[in-house]
Amino acid sequence: MLDATAKPDAQVENLLEVNNIEVIYNSVILVLKGVSLNVPKGGITALLGGNGAGKTTTLKAISNLLHSERGEVTKGSIKYRNEAVHKSDPADMVKRGVVQVMEGRHCFEHLTIEENLLTGAYTRTDGKAATARDLEMVYEYFPRLRERRKSQAGYTSGGEQQMCAIGRALMSRPEMILLDEPSMGLAPQLVEQIFEIVKSVNEKEGVTFLLAEQNTNVALRFAHYGYILESGRVVMDGPAADLRENQDVKEFYLGMSDEGRKSFRDVRSYRRRKRWLS
Amino acid sequence: MPEQLAFALEVTANGLMAGVLYALVALGFVLIYKASGIFNYAQGVMALFAALTLAGIMDGQVPFSHLINAIFGTDIHYFGWNVPAFMAILLTMVVMIALAYAVQRLVFRHLVGQEPIILFMATIGLAYFLEGVGDLMWGSDIKSMDVGLPQGINMWIDETTFETLGYGFFIDNLDIVASIVAALLVIGLVMFAQYTKQGRAMRAVADDHQAALSVGVSLNFIWILVWSLAGFVALVAGIMWGTKSGVQFSLSLIALKALPVLMLGGFTSIPGAIVGGLIIGVGEKLFEFLIGAPFLGGATENWFAYMLALIFLVFRPQGLFGEKIIERV
Repeated sequence: MLDATAKPDAQVENLLEVNNIEVIYNSVILVLKGVSLNVPKGGITALLGGNGAGKTTTLKAISNLLHSERGEVTKGSIKYRNEAVHKSDPADMVKRGVVQVMEGRHCFEHLTIEENLLTGAYTRTDGKAATARDLEMVYEYFPRLRERRKSQAGYTSGGEQQMCAIGRALMSRPEMILLDEPSMGLAPQLVEQIFEIVKSVNEKEGVTFLLAEQNTNVALRFAHYGYILESGRVVMDGPAADLRENQDVKEFYLGMSDEGRKSFRDVRSYRRRKRWLS
Repeated sequence: MPEQLAFALEVTANGLMAGVLYALVALGFVLIYKASGIFNYAQGVMALFAALTLAGIMDGQVPFSHLINAIFGTDIHYFGWNVPAFMAILLTMVVMIALAYAVQRLVFRHLVGQEPIILFMATIGLAYFLEGVGDLMWGSDIKSMDVGLPQGINMWIDETTFETLGYGFFIDNLDIVASIVAALLVIGLVMFAQYTKQGRAMRAVADDHQAALSVGVSLNFIWILVWSLAGFVALVAGIMWGTKSGVQFSLSLIALKALPVLMLGGFTSIPGAIVGGLIIGVGEKLFEFLIGAPFLGGATENWFAYMLALIFLVFRPQGLFGEKIIERV
């Protein structure tokens, strides 16, 4: 939907605005130290960075799943459609149209695939017919799920579970999906397939995506805009195409440099572009 | 037909009936355990509390009358009316739902994400608290309960078996009613869990709290729902046991009999609770009849169930019908 070089500026409506949030777990562990980002409507925005950078925490702060893990947004604000939402709850967010697909799939193991999908429609009130229509839509995107609809989710493969998790999120008729680490533990071919589906859902259904991904290469190919997180801060952001060409990104996250591949040990420490005040 | 065999058959039938009552209590455990991972030690006391409340309401007793009299120096005990059984059951159900809400709101909402052992300890506290409240509200005297269930020997079975087998079976009408009610209850619960939106959400919560939250299921609501259902099951169990042996505080001990039933049937299976209850019921009666009384000096009913459970634990830890722990290798 969006041009890969477009900046999320005033021309495109921002669906989500995260302003300088700080997140503390258990009242002591500071995880996010001021993260700001904007997600334009209709785009795919990638949140990149290594382990422990704060990607998952950012997503959970948005979906309000933090509370159940004793985490809390202590500073800053999160606005969805210009309404502050960081003090609401997950069910409310789903009703507003923001649903998270958690890292590690989290399907309901003992429920069948179809029951998993139907559970995704829990918050909807528009009747059985509409739900059935969307079930059909999910099966169109994921034909594999139709074949496995009667199987218990726990017995399906990792790829099928990932599809199930995304399909389940789609069943809530979301405006925006927070997709956490869809590539985790999947074969490269499957990763490609899943991202293709994400892309077509984005284009055909107009669903906005904010995806956290360690697989920088794939993410930057499919996303329109990217943010790079490092130990709880945004250190760089830009249109995906620019980030792909950026020397530092190439060196740190894509493992390429002018002198050929380098060991991570030899990589010079990164000049952080701090965005505390943004 | 030899007298012995007919007698054994009668023992079996009676065992089945006793098993149904065990199963009713076990069912309450399974509901809560499945949906929240909490092993609710208070389930037996909930049955007691429900029975006390029902009996109290039917008799028109003034709740907390002892306390009121002590504080205000009054001497009131009864409103002076009798509430019809049906109304009283509805009122008791309202009380049980209020209890479910209070338990969730005041206790378990604050313990989300804690270790199972902490949740378990909380239910032990809850059990004794509830026992105390029951005592305070309705007094500690033994009450009789009569909600109009048929009682006494079933003549039809007695006569039929006498004609065909030459030995009349003694089977209590109440036991037959209890079996039918239990069967209906189980069918109802299974249908609810399988085919309704809230039932599906309940199973989803049982599988994965976080994921259920992420699709917009409210854990609070589901847990109140589950505790209410468990309260309903406790009420049914309380009515059956109360009618059978009077509403007394030892009623809460039947919860302990539900433990071996759970180990047998599996903590997570509704049909398992029923089948487990039946096996324990029949098993302990038959064992007593065939081996216990003639060879071991009797009173084997006290420990047989636990022995059986122990054996099961060794060979089939998830019970007969427990959900298989799904592990992908």
